[in-house]
Amino acid sequence: MLKLKNVRKSFPGPDPGRPRAVLAEVSLSLEPGDYIAIMGESGVGKSTLLNLIAGLDVPDSGDILLEGRNLATLDDDARTLLRRRRMGFVFQAFHLLPHLTVAGNVGLSLALNGIAGREADERIAELLKAVGLDDRRDSFPKELSGGEMQRVAVARALVHRPAVVLADEPTGNLDPESADQVLALLRAQLKRDGSTGILVTHSAVAAATTDRVYLLTRDGLQLQSSAASARPA
Amino acid sequence: MTGARSQLFAALVTGPLRHAAGRTVLAVVVIALGVALGLGVTLVNRSAASEVSLAARSLFGLSDLVVQGTGAGFDEALFPVLARLPAVALANPVVDVPVRVVGQQTAVTALGIDFFRAARMQPSIGVDAPRTNLSPLAADAVFLSPAAARDLNLKEGDTLTVQVGLAPVSFQVAGILPAAAYRQRAMVLDIGTAQWRLGQLGKLQRVELRLRSGAATEEVQQQIAALLPPGVTVTTPGAETDEALRLTRAYRSNLTALALVALFTGAFLVHSTQSLAVIRRRREFALLKAMGVSAREQIASTLAGGAIVGSVGALCGVGLGIVIAAAGLNAFGADLGAGYFRGIAPSLKVEWLDVAVFFLLGTAAAIAGTLRPAVAAARVPAALALKAGDIEDPAVRGNTIAGVGLWVLAGGLLLLPAIDGLPLAGYAAIALVLIGAVFLMPAVTRLMLRLLPETRSVPWQIATAHLRGTARQATTSLSAILVSFSLMVAMAVMVTSFRTSLDQWLEKILPADLYLRAGFTSETAFLDADDVSALVALPEVERVDANRFAQLAVAGLNTPLALIARPIKEQDAGRTLWLEAAATNAVPGDAQPVWISEAAADLLSVRSGDAFTGSIGERAVRFSVRGIYRDYERQNGGVVIDHDAYVRLTGDVRANAAWLWLESGADVDALVDRVHERLPGLAEFDVRRPGEIRAITLRIFDRTFAVTYLLEVIAVCIGLAGIAASTSAQVIARRAELGVLRHVGLLRRQVGFMLAAEGGLLGAVGVLAGLVIGAVVSLILIYVVNRQSFHWSMDVYFPWTLLMVLSLSLVAAAALTAVWSGRLALRDDVVRAVKEDW
Ligand SMILES: Nc1ncnc2c1ncn2[C@@H]1O[C@H](COP(=O)(O)OP(=O)(O)OP(=O)(O)O)[C@@H](O)[C@H]1O
Ligand SMILES: [Mg+2]
Repeated sequence: MLKLKNVRKSFPGPDPGRPRAVLAEVSLSLEPGDYIAIMGESGVGKSTLLNLIAGLDVPDSGDILLEGRNLATLDDDARTLLRRRRMGFVFQAFHLLPHLTVAGNVGLSLALNGIAGREADERIAELLKAVGLDDRRDSFPKELSGGEMQRVAVARALVHRPAVVLADEPTGNLDPESADQVLALLRAQLKRDGSTGILVTHSAVAAATTDRVYLLTRDGLQLQSSAASARPA
Repeated sequence: MTGARSQLFAALVTGPLRHAAGRTVLAVVVIALGVALGLGVTLVNRSAASEVSLAARSLFGLSDLVVQGTGAGFDEALFPVLARLPAVALANPVVDVPVRVVGQQTAVTALGIDFFRAARMQPSIGVDAPRTNLSPLAADAVFLSPAAARDLNLKEGDTLTVQVGLAPVSFQVAGILPAAAYRQRAMVLDIGTAQWRLGQLGKLQRVELRLRSGAATEEVQQQIAALLPPGVTVTTPGAETDEALRLTRAYRSNLTALALVALFTGAFLVHSTQSLAVIRRRREFALLKAMGVSAREQIASTLAGGAIVGSVGALCGVGLGIVIAAAGLNAFGADLGAGYFRGIAPSLKVEWLDVAVFFLLGTAAAIAGTLRPAVAAARVPAALALKAGDIEDPAVRGNTIAGVGLWVLAGGLLLLPAIDGLPLAGYAAIALVLIGAVFLMPAVTRLMLRLLPETRSVPWQIATAHLRGTARQATTSLSAILVSFSLMVAMAVMVTSFRTSLDQWLEKILPADLYLRAGFTSETAFLDADDVSALVALPEVERVDANRFAQLAVAGLNTPLALIARPIKEQDAGRTLWLEAAATNAVPGDAQPVWISEAAADLLSVRSGDAFTGSIGERAVRFSVRGIYRDYERQNGGVVIDHDAYVRLTGDVRANAAWLWLESGADVDALVDRVHERLPGLAEFDVRRPGEIRAITLRIFDRTFAVTYLLEVIAVCIGLAGIAASTSAQVIARRAELGVLRHVGLLRRQVGFMLAAEGGLLGAVGVLAGLVIGAVVSLILIYVVNRQSFHWSMDVYFPWTLLMVLSLSLVAAAALTAVWSGRLALRDDVVRAVKEDW
């Protein structure tokens, strides 16, 4: 479903001509329904990796395939459309659009995918109910707490049933209780839709809610633990 | 304050300035330009005014009173009468006529004086005279003022040829007068010589009087006034000087008003950029508040920032203003190209009081612009603003009642007459219309938001949601566009109306096929009766209308009106004059029918059908106003009288110009040659076709307005730069949001469309409002300000194409700035954008 083969990425370093390698030989293969965590020290390239998967950036070499399509062969528009249809995002800083209501934020991906009217309303209602905010659909983001905002963000990331959900430290700005709530929600929704999920986190507790945990280091991605068997589905 | 606290305060003040360095620089530039323009124009005006008064004073020397005739002068028999008055210590007779210099399109003032009397009145004359080997009394000796010597490029011993009638008359330059003697372009010669050789036999234009010490000037003035024939007045040199200034005051004050508009626009832009900055920096203010910075400290630090911007801008502005004034004087002359002060060459006088006033004005403008935003910053609700997802309160509270009230007040001001000859109420009305419009902008914003159509397009939905959510920012941007654009529109409409009216007027008043002018100095350059007959005798010429330019003095007016004598009958007056009103009553038996210009009607306070008394030469005559005509030529009032009637009244058969109607098929070029053959001894004259006159006149018009255009363009550029800067600042502040939109799958062009829609919508609404307000302001300019300043009316013409192009470019600029800023915001990568907190 999602395949990374020998992905390399470097950024221009302080002296020109000598790029700074960030990702070296990263390979990964995920199936639908897989939910993994990526951990690693700060600056090692976790966010960079997510961005490559999202098609927001291109690797120096190596291939990234989503549902059989090589991202490198797609132009910016095609990658954007792929993101629109097949991906969902959760950010550390929530990033709800401040001038749209809760329902408007959640419905954004639906609208972009041309889903409107009854179907859209139903899906939005369903997701808001799932994240426990069905009574806040007309609130604006500034009227919500951080945990509530992140639950809206989770709903937004999942409402159009994407194939891949990328979450970059979604609990970094939350208190432990809200964090647990958001993580549980994320997992439940992913599992329900059979979507692939990648959670980047610094928290072992957060990582433990996924099926497998990988560690990103200078040498690549290594499987750390397979928690799936240990935890109830 | 303790050291640490004052350090913190300094950081609070300079931090934001440094953080938004681009905007700070822009605000400084805006204030600097406003101050520079204002000070520049003021300094030029001041230099011109002081030069005019110096010139007038140098003309009148140490005299206490001046007896003054119209251009045609008065009988010299008056001189002994005045000289013998017991209160008069010294009487100095003067012949003062402009003469045309042969071979040049310029005139010099010929001053015929009695050197010995004059030297006592004006000690600086004659100091050098004995040094020359030429007797000043020699029949061809003239002395030149330094200005004349420089402009005509003549030195001692050279020959100066001037035109008298149609004939050349040559003089020898006997010497150059010291600089203190006369400041204008003058040739000074013996009075007897002047009367004889310049065709002024038996005439004087002026007698300057010095009174015995102890004589009461006012009493003597009244006593003399009783002795004078009609048309001759007695004034003080001071009044003469004031009059010389009055003629140009309206023009000068209009320029000053324009320059102040630039400063006003500057202050307004500082206000709008600061307001937007406060909205953007809500978090920062909230954080400071949470950390214990008091509201007073907050306001003080914001105001101090404004004061720094203002004083730095004003400082640059005064420097630039002095440079502009010097350059402007050099390039355009004292009237900045308007042609009012021909023949004087002022040097720049920097009045430090003006400099100080404009420095303070600039600083005050910036502080005033920061005041409201500072208070708004102090009122940011700390708890709310610190939360993620915080945005400013989108509710816009407009003061519609205050806005409408200001408009009503403006309407009332429009009914007031000019104050001291200046349309001050009109200017105030324009300011109120603009401020009122700004008060009404929130209502316009609400209306715009209500009318926004709903579509399925996601970028459009986000754009409209954003506009709704940021109604306050939208209002501020709209107001900025409104103020700059409406002024642009107003000036464009005014100038176009004026130019088109002038063009159509020229077409109307130039009915003949060919115009012949003896020279522009009506007393010394003329056609005599034989010359006119010679023209009539030409086979190509069907008809000749002789025109005589003279002066008409009216009691109570300091300056005589221009009198134009030419064939005109009551029934066809409308064919050669642009009549605004015509009399319906019969001409009273004792009165001469005349047509007077709007300026004359205003000066005399008469309407068509009324009668007034004036004097031609030394004859008092009763006139009946048969009509009032539009006149863009003679700003100080013109009167048209039938040529036959003029000859009957004065016996003067000279003509200054001739209108030629040609036989059909006549060869104009050949005719011009024939005119030269037929008028023997002809020195110089102009023969022009109507088209040429129109072209020349419009060229002069454009030159006159060159500085106006320039000021206008600068004000507009300031406005556009401000709008562009605030748009881009707003867009760049939305980096993270744009990044998220790219994440969730908006295409690049969809983000571009969204930003273009927001920018374009604001631009379009601002432009529409600007068009309406600009049209209103232009009507005030045309019907009140110009009418009161220059006494001429014009028709309104909208430069549709220009307005369309301007509107579209502004909307396009607004949209493109937004898109371009979006590009800039996401330049590095959308990835970084979402990392940032908002
Ligand atoms: N656009 C860029 N240009 C240059 N260097 C970049 C760019 N983006 C990321 N980097 C660098 O690449 C490295 C990896 O960055 P990345 O954001 O992926 O780290 P991370 O693992 O997500 O760290 P953290 O856990 O702190 O979020 C860092 O050293 C960063 O400075
Ligand atoms: Mg990261």
